[in-house]
Amino acid sequence: MTLDKLTKNRTATITHIRQNSIAPKLVEMGLYPGKRVTLLFKAPMGDPIALDIDGYTLSLRKEEASFVEVD
Amino acid sequence: MKVALVGNPNSGKTSVFNQLTGLNQKVGNYPGITVDKKIGRLNGDKNISVLDLPGSYSIYPKSADEEVVTRVLTDRNNPNYPDLVVVIADISNLERNLLLFSQIHDLGLPTILALNMIDVAKRRSLEIDIDKLSELFRTQIVRLNARKGIGIKELKEKIRSFEFNGSLEPILEGEFDRNELLTIPPKTVQREFAEKRNRRVSQMVRFALRQHGEDIFSRNHRRVDKIMTHPVSGYLIFLGILFLMFQAIYAWAEWPMDLIDNVFLGLSRGVKQTLPAGVFTNLIAEGLIPGVGGVVIFIPQIALLFTFIFLMEETGYMARVVFIMDRLMRPFGLNGRSVVPLISGVACAIPAIMATRTIDNWKERMITIMVTPLMSCSARLPVYTLLIALIIPDMTVGVFNLKGLVLLGLYLAGLVAALLVAMIFKFMVKAKHKSFLIMELPLYKMPRWENLLVTVLEKVKVFVWEAGKVIVAISIILWVLASYGPVDRIDEAVNRIPKPVNELDISGYENKVAAARLSNSYIGIIGNAIEPVLRPLGYNWQIGIALITSFAAREVFVGSMATIYSVGENFQEGESLLKRMQNERNPNTGELVYNLASGVSLMIFYAFAMQCMSTLAIVLRETKSWKWPFIQMIYMTTLAYVAALITFQILK
Repeated sequence: MTLDKLTKNRTATITHIRQNSIAPKLVEMGLYPGKRVTLLFKAPMGDPIALDIDGYTLSLRKEEASFVEVD
Repeated sequence: MKVALVGNPNSGKTSVFNQLTGLNQKVGNYPGITVDKKIGRLNGDKNISVLDLPGSYSIYPKSADEEVVTRVLTDRNNPNYPDLVVVIADISNLERNLLLFSQIHDLGLPTILALNMIDVAKRRSLEIDIDKLSELFRTQIVRLNARKGIGIKELKEKIRSFEFNGSLEPILEGEFDRNELLTIPPKTVQREFAEKRNRRVSQMVRFALRQHGEDIFSRNHRRVDKIMTHPVSGYLIFLGILFLMFQAIYAWAEWPMDLIDNVFLGLSRGVKQTLPAGVFTNLIAEGLIPGVGGVVIFIPQIALLFTFIFLMEETGYMARVVFIMDRLMRPFGLNGRSVVPLISGVACAIPAIMATRTIDNWKERMITIMVTPLMSCSARLPVYTLLIALIIPDMTVGVFNLKGLVLLGLYLAGLVAALLVAMIFKFMVKAKHKSFLIMELPLYKMPRWENLLVTVLEKVKVFVWEAGKVIVAISIILWVLASYGPVDRIDEAVNRIPKPVNELDISGYENKVAAARLSNSYIGIIGNAIEPVLRPLGYNWQIGIALITSFAAREVFVGSMATIYSVGENFQEGESLLKRMQNERNPNTGELVYNLASGVSLMIFYAFAMQCMSTLAIVLRETKSWKWPFIQMIYMTTLAYVAALITFQILK
């Protein structure tokens, strides 16, 4: 599944980043295969979302999260 | 020696810069880009310059800020190319911060790594083996708590005594060729290297970093986040802060603004009394001093707005605002960060447009700049007040006062127009970078008050020196046009006025002379000439003149009307001017000039028209191009004209 489908307080491991113009940005912000992320909370209306990556909080839109495959 | 400070946003880089340079800093420009260049001298060492580069996550740029960093660090011929790079890294978020460090190291630049926020690391139960880290990353390391000034002395010492011992082995092989100028590789390659680099850095960090026990600190911050981003409490808190901010710029700025106004009026009068009468004295007293006053008057509002924005940015709250507003603003081609400039536009568009710096997407920033002046600013209020008093009857609609409803309607018209125009620009402006929101939500922090002072001073300086020049120049031009005209024309008109017979008539005579002078000046002539264009809107030539004079600033409309109708200077109370305008009839048809149709049409015109040269000057400064203020002026004037035309023709 993709990261935008992750439900609150669930943790998943990134398996792949789909090729896209913002893929390098995602990787530079710490989203790369092997990393474990937890969905912390969502903005009102469910978008954007906030993730925990090694103790820091990253927010991104659902559209961007949909490029990140998780397991 | 040239030192550059580099680091991720929120790494505390600004604090380090302020601590290293004190108030010894200057704001300049990078050629052809809208990012400010901050440079200073190392405290106590005149030979070492310190350049504060904008926050960046990677050497491959994704925003205008990051482009600056890349240009400076990758081109040996760049005048700012540093001899030493001090990389500031947030120790509590080491892996992501060290990605940038490793890129800079691998480019072959001499580095010192400054690990900031050692206090936060302690509270998060993180333990770091500095010697190990230094060995692994092949660099000197300083531990800092820049907010408290801890470690700054050591960092200064390390900078002073720095010696580069040749090219160091790269952390990741194969990405950069140190002998050649860096060319930005395609995205697929960038991403491939970023993945490799992340893995490598992650492995190395694991050797030096240990977590003891639970991270209660982050958990507490996230509890606060749940309140701040909650669908009910989140918006309520934001609304409360906006209200406070609005109150500050709208009400608290009033008395310092009145004070500035009075000081400059006094100066003008003083100059007129002390210097010998003549053209030169008039130029100073009526052109130059009011022009400078027109710049200084904005300082209180700029200072107050930037205090709020600084507090929101420094505490980390701004990122939460973006988080909860992003989805709402997206359909309009705007960004979560557009909210603060738009709302501040209700007080004054000038600080609001300066505040768009925080929008890192170029397209969304341009759209925000273009539509912010449509929000009804405080300078429109005197115009609205006069016109509402003139044409809106005192009656109630349900429990509401009609006058109040009309005023509210004008504010809403501004907001709706801003959003609709933004949607149009969304399709017209070409984007350089795709719109995205991939943003860190930093930990909440107490603001540092020394930084507040530096930031606000910097904003005020930029406004006064950069926009001020244009404003003063246009003020003087407008003054010349309003004071001079074809010589015989003014003289003839003045001579036609009957001379005063007794003392009592003198002030009435002087008012009439002032009116005759203005209507026969170059501006008066232009006002008369454009009357045919304004007639379909329901305006006469007197309004034409007031429209042109109020290009300097909207509120001048009231003063100009008073001069034209020669009702003297007590227009502030509105009484005599109001009566005079109420009785004004069209000489050809005998109809009242200021009726519901023409009055509403005039209010609509003022709601949408770009009647503010200071705004245009700041747009010029912020976009660094004549194109944007020009487009803005044309579209707003057209919108105002068409909307006023439709209004008049419907209500007529």
